[in-house]
Amino acid sequence: MTTEAGSETEVKEKAEESAAEPDQSEKATEDSQEVANAEVEEKEKAKVKEKEGKEGKGISRYLPTWLKKQKSQSQTSPTKEAPPTEEPVSEVTQEEEGPAPEVNGHAEEVEEKEEVKSEQVKENEAETHSNASADTEPAKEEKVEESAEKSPEETKETTEGEGAEEETKEKEGAVEAEGEAGEGQTSIFQSPLRLVRKNKMKLVVCHVTLLDGTDFTCEVEKRAKGQYLFFKVCEHLNLLEKDYFGLTYKDNHDQKCWLDPTKEIKRQIRSNNWQFAFNVKFYPPDPSLLTEDITRYLLCLQLREDVASGRLPCSFVTHALLGSYTLQAEIGDYEPDQPRPLDFISQLTFAPNQNKEMEEKILELYKSHRGMTPAQADTQFLENAKKLSMYGVDLHHAKDSEGVDIMLGVCANGLLVYKDRLRINRFAWPKILKISYKRNNFYIKIRPGETEQFESTVGFKLQNHRAAKRLWKVCVENHSFFRLNAPEAPTKARFLTLGSKFRYSGRTQAQTRMASSLIDRPAPSFERTSSKRISRSLDGAPMISITEAGRESAENGREPHLELHSDSKVTVVDVSPGDAEAMPSQHSPGSSELGPPQPNQWEKRLTSSPATIRLQQQQVSLAEEIASVLFSRHTDIGLYSTAKAACIFPEPPLDAVKTTSSAATSSSAAVCSFSAPQRPLATLSTALSATEVSVPQTEAATADNTISDTKEPAKTTEVEIEETVVVQEISRAPKPGLVTVAASTPAAPSAEQEMREQEVEVQEEAVVVEEAKPRKEESISSESESEEEAEYHPYLPVSISHTQIPEEKEEEEEQEKQEEDKMPELQVLASDASSLPAEVIQPAEETRREEAESRKEDDTETEMTANAEEEKEFERETEESTDDPMVTPDEAPNGLTLPEEGVTVMDAHAEEEEEPKMNGEPTLTEAEPLPQVICCSEPPVVKTEMVTISDTFAAQKTEIATKEVPIVHTETKTITYEAAQLDGNGDGEPGVLMTAQTITSESLCTTTTTHITKTLKGGLSETRIEKRIVITGDCDIDHDQALAQAIKEAKEQHPDMSVTRVVVHKETELAEED
Amino acid sequence: MANMCPYGHFTHAVVRGIPETFGKKAGDGQENGEVSVDLAKAQRQFGCLTGALRQKVGLQLIEIPPDPELPESWKIEDVAVIQGDTALITRPFKQQRQSEVEAVRRVMSELNLTVVEMDGEQGDSVGATLEGSDILFTGREFFVGISSHTNRRGAEVLADTFRDFAVSTVPVCDGARLKNICSMGGPNTIIFSNSDGAKKTLRMMEQLTDHHYDVLTVPEESAANCIYIKGPSKRDFLLHRPADECPDSVSAFQKLQDYTLLPTACSEASKLGASLSSLCLLVNRKHTYF
Repeated sequence: MTTEAGSETEVKEKAEESAAEPDQSEKATEDSQEVANAEVEEKEKAKVKEKEGKEGKGISRYLPTWLKKQKSQSQTSPTKEAPPTEEPVSEVTQEEEGPAPEVNGHAEEVEEKEEVKSEQVKENEAETHSNASADTEPAKEEKVEESAEKSPEETKETTEGEGAEEETKEKEGAVEAEGEAGEGQTSIFQSPLRLVRKNKMKLVVCHVTLLDGTDFTCEVEKRAKGQYLFFKVCEHLNLLEKDYFGLTYKDNHDQKCWLDPTKEIKRQIRSNNWQFAFNVKFYPPDPSLLTEDITRYLLCLQLREDVASGRLPCSFVTHALLGSYTLQAEIGDYEPDQPRPLDFISQLTFAPNQNKEMEEKILELYKSHRGMTPAQADTQFLENAKKLSMYGVDLHHAKDSEGVDIMLGVCANGLLVYKDRLRINRFAWPKILKISYKRNNFYIKIRPGETEQFESTVGFKLQNHRAAKRLWKVCVENHSFFRLNAPEAPTKARFLTLGSKFRYSGRTQAQTRMASSLIDRPAPSFERTSSKRISRSLDGAPMISITEAGRESAENGREPHLELHSDSKVTVVDVSPGDAEAMPSQHSPGSSELGPPQPNQWEKRLTSSPATIRLQQQQVSLAEEIASVLFSRHTDIGLYSTAKAACIFPEPPLDAVKTTSSAATSSSAAVCSFSAPQRPLATLSTALSATEVSVPQTEAATADNTISDTKEPAKTTEVEIEETVVVQEISRAPKPGLVTVAASTPAAPSAEQEMREQEVEVQEEAVVVEEAKPRKEESISSESESEEEAEYHPYLPVSISHTQIPEEKEEEEEQEKQEEDKMPELQVLASDASSLPAEVIQPAEETRREEAESRKEDDTETEMTANAEEEKEFERETEESTDDPMVTPDEAPNGLTLPEEGVTVMDAHAEEEEEPKMNGEPTLTEAEPLPQVICCSEPPVVKTEMVTISDTFAAQKTEIATKEVPIVHTETKTITYEAAQLDGNGDGEPGVLMTAQTITSESLCTTTTTHITKTLKGGLSETRIEKRIVITGDCDIDHDQALAQAIKEAKEQHPDMSVTRVVVHKETELAEED
Repeated sequence: MANMCPYGHFTHAVVRGIPETFGKKAGDGQENGEVSVDLAKAQRQFGCLTGALRQKVGLQLIEIPPDPELPESWKIEDVAVIQGDTALITRPFKQQRQSEVEAVRRVMSELNLTVVEMDGEQGDSVGATLEGSDILFTGREFFVGISSHTNRRGAEVLADTFRDFAVSTVPVCDGARLKNICSMGGPNTIIFSNSDGAKKTLRMMEQLTDHHYDVLTVPEESAANCIYIKGPSKRDFLLHRPADECPDSVSAFQKLQDYTLLPTACSEASKLGASLSSLCLLVNRKHTYF
């Protein structure tokens, strides 16, 4: 795999050709690398070129990237069986590393290895080189396959033990990278000198200017993606709500550009100036909704800078007021006896035209803030700043159609047009149908107004093509972030199509809000350092010191943490000390990830429980990512369910949550063990993990397993998604490619994957997943950079949906829940709807299904084993639960309730579970009869109250026969508030899932599924959009409120929508152990 | 932002009496041949307005004595734009009116407002003209009607003065003034005339704003100009044209919940293109931050 990855990148480089080559050489020099290095690289390139030349000759250049990649793959495959010519050792190493594809630097590592090899082989011919690489790849594939094939234990051990460590290290940064490189080299038997050189070559020192004016320096691999550096910075800042932020760099024309997290840094900066700035990218319209003070603090820092520099204009009074809050936050209460406060104030910059009068006003107001805490002062600052009319408006110079100078402002609400300071027009996002640019022209297509018949296009001229593209990108990102529930999938690449496929790949505001609502950590204490800008040390000491109390609470494994886990926060699970203590043996030392020079609390915790740790490649930030992944999964689930029978599984989210929470509380050890075994599986088959997670009815034990899987799968999952898409595009029939997918999942980018990436380019999740990104980069980056025009449709066309698809879906649904894995894919597709045909979804599902099934079994086994090791009882329970078919889910939606049969009450379980906890602290949840509290290890007993808005399709829903699914007895009450007939046709109508989103909070899960049906009647095509909103939650839910909220939101999106049916479904699940 | 609070909180009203030269064109001293106005009636109506502001609404009233040399000085709204504790002294379109600002400037200073001058003679704002009756302040943003009396330069000066707020320019049709076709009817309500020109302006405002306003449409254009004040008593007052001046619109005002409606005649001033709001400047001196 590694080799292949390397070759791919190189191919890509080749594609970029002139641009890439100079870059590389420059960088090499810059890095203080000897010219020799550059030469080596070039040689490598040359080799690659030779290779390609053989394959496709010059023509390959003109072919779409994915084609190229295919070719390369084909090449490799034959080779792969050939005995490894060069170093068997290296293969082994690679194998070990294989499972670590999730790591950011992974692809890069591979490349490094390749390079190393190349150096070794320098003298050898290019062919040998290629062969060697080919060899390595096959090894990985084999391994993957094995793991996929149900060697859970083995996979676990190998993967966890070594792979985990490696992964962690990779994430860690320069030091780690070096370590890895060192390992790889040793295995290869390279000479130490060379090793050293190579390491140096690969690493680049990045300087990031933080918001407080300090400089953060870190080393990254040359090929690192933007995301990697960004995560390093966020980690340094201890920032969890990082989606509002981004890194900027200055391009060759001194223009500030956003660093694309999904692309290699090197390819973006286009210079050797590895200088970045950490900035707010999306200004939250209501900062009070941010979860953490530290996030608000960082936003404050940005705004202070904006205000002081004049970017954010404000009046004298506002300057004074904001300045006074700044003083209060930075200095604390006004000290009356301070000698000459004005002198001090005048040293600070509050406004571009600061004067004595303003300083006096600031002082006057500052005195009135006595008693206000820094956090309160920050909040007040933001409350005032957010109302400024230019708050969060990103201005771009332009000319209108008549050549008049104007400014275009991009903000959360849309596009603003200013002439001087006057707002002369405004295009709200809902009014914009399309955003595009061509050369230096920027166009927006406007939805026709009430009185107008035709849509109109407004064009603006920008200074140059780069400015137009930059503006376009900012628009795409802002629209996606503020308007969409989930990021839109990238447009499918069409053959020979020009244009940027750039899409926002991060989380949307809705998603990040949900994610941050799950943040459960003691508020990190941080120093407000703006007044100490100069004095701050760059040594990388952790900025944030965690208080002991906070740590304790975190470690105790109390409910909140558990809940977080359920949500997707892996971190919590890891953190719980109980795990580490109870099952030290199981934990593999994955702590290496923690590697960041300054271990903060999280890291420390992680270290205590090694097993979990390696999962977190990105450390603290990982938790969030995971959360996001989970979300996506949920969404997928939601889609799936809707697609099937339109029946909603209220249970799934709850179960997952419950399981997680319980697991965390009762036996963290069990969880850990699960995660370890599953991990390899997860890597191999993302689908499985996803499925499990998504499956609502899985019992607690299953849930635990799932959860652990989820952590890792996040990255993997994304990859799979991409793959699926590809399959669909290529051929609708389900490909045997399942194997391929698995193989590809690991770091090595297979040709197929690449192809997919190219096509799929836009994967929202991709941002989260580092692995996915590298591939994307390769395929995408070259293209997007060169294009001169691109389009973006904020709105998805409804008409696209295909009838065929829904039918297939139903069938699949029936088969197994595992298919739910598809959901993510569906999502992506749906979002792309404009570009992507709905059909795609089906094939993917099938494929996945197969995979999922096999994997499920594996997982189950793994789980079992893990359990056995730790707790026999637990294991037994788990097995039972897993094996049991899921009865509840199917029935529940249908409205069929199973009579209460000997059902164990949750509480009992909870008590039992308490014992397992090492901490000995009973969880609050346990004490409470609430269903949520279910303890993890114990048999899955679930009491659930669910509010369900049932779909028309509910009847269609088929039973899902999953071996692993635990049997759950359910009491169900279904209250139907309103029933509409709209659904009459819902039964078999083909439709397309346009979007599906699930938002999960601790107690509430909302799944929104948009189902588009297109019917042909007498030559008239009728398009119907059905939106199903399923709110699932436990008893705590205020049904009415949740419902009202959901309907309100839906109404906002679709004013014409009518509520057809509202069903409240109360379900009490009582699960018994057999 | 510091200055942002719901529209309608005022403590003071500044008015200027009706001079004997009422109805004569400023500067030429000639009788306005087209319109015959009743000076006494105008003064009575003025008295009613000030009485309502002082006694019903409870504002402190500052009355600048009339100046016969300035026949249009009673349209005091035109010469200053006040928001928060900042008063922008405008530059009326008619040169003869530009000396009206002096008395107003003094009063603004006495009220401890930060007085901002508009320099139309030099610099960036050469030729800038701005009149308060072309400006609608909603509490969250400014709309400037680009009219015969207010130009874009003037609007830019306004935007530069009140930097916290979005300043949007909107077209005003048929030679009208922005305040003739709309006015604030509540913290979140804009009263709009139903005329076609007004509709155009309204559409533009709807497109330009980031905020949501309720729109109260009145059939008669003269009814669209009201004075909304949330007085010191925290009650909602609306001064509007009486039923005999706009019979069809009174019912619309009665839709406003819990308002104290104060019918105020303004027939004579309106003959000269003015309206209720033209007659006063509203000031809030109890401004609190946050």
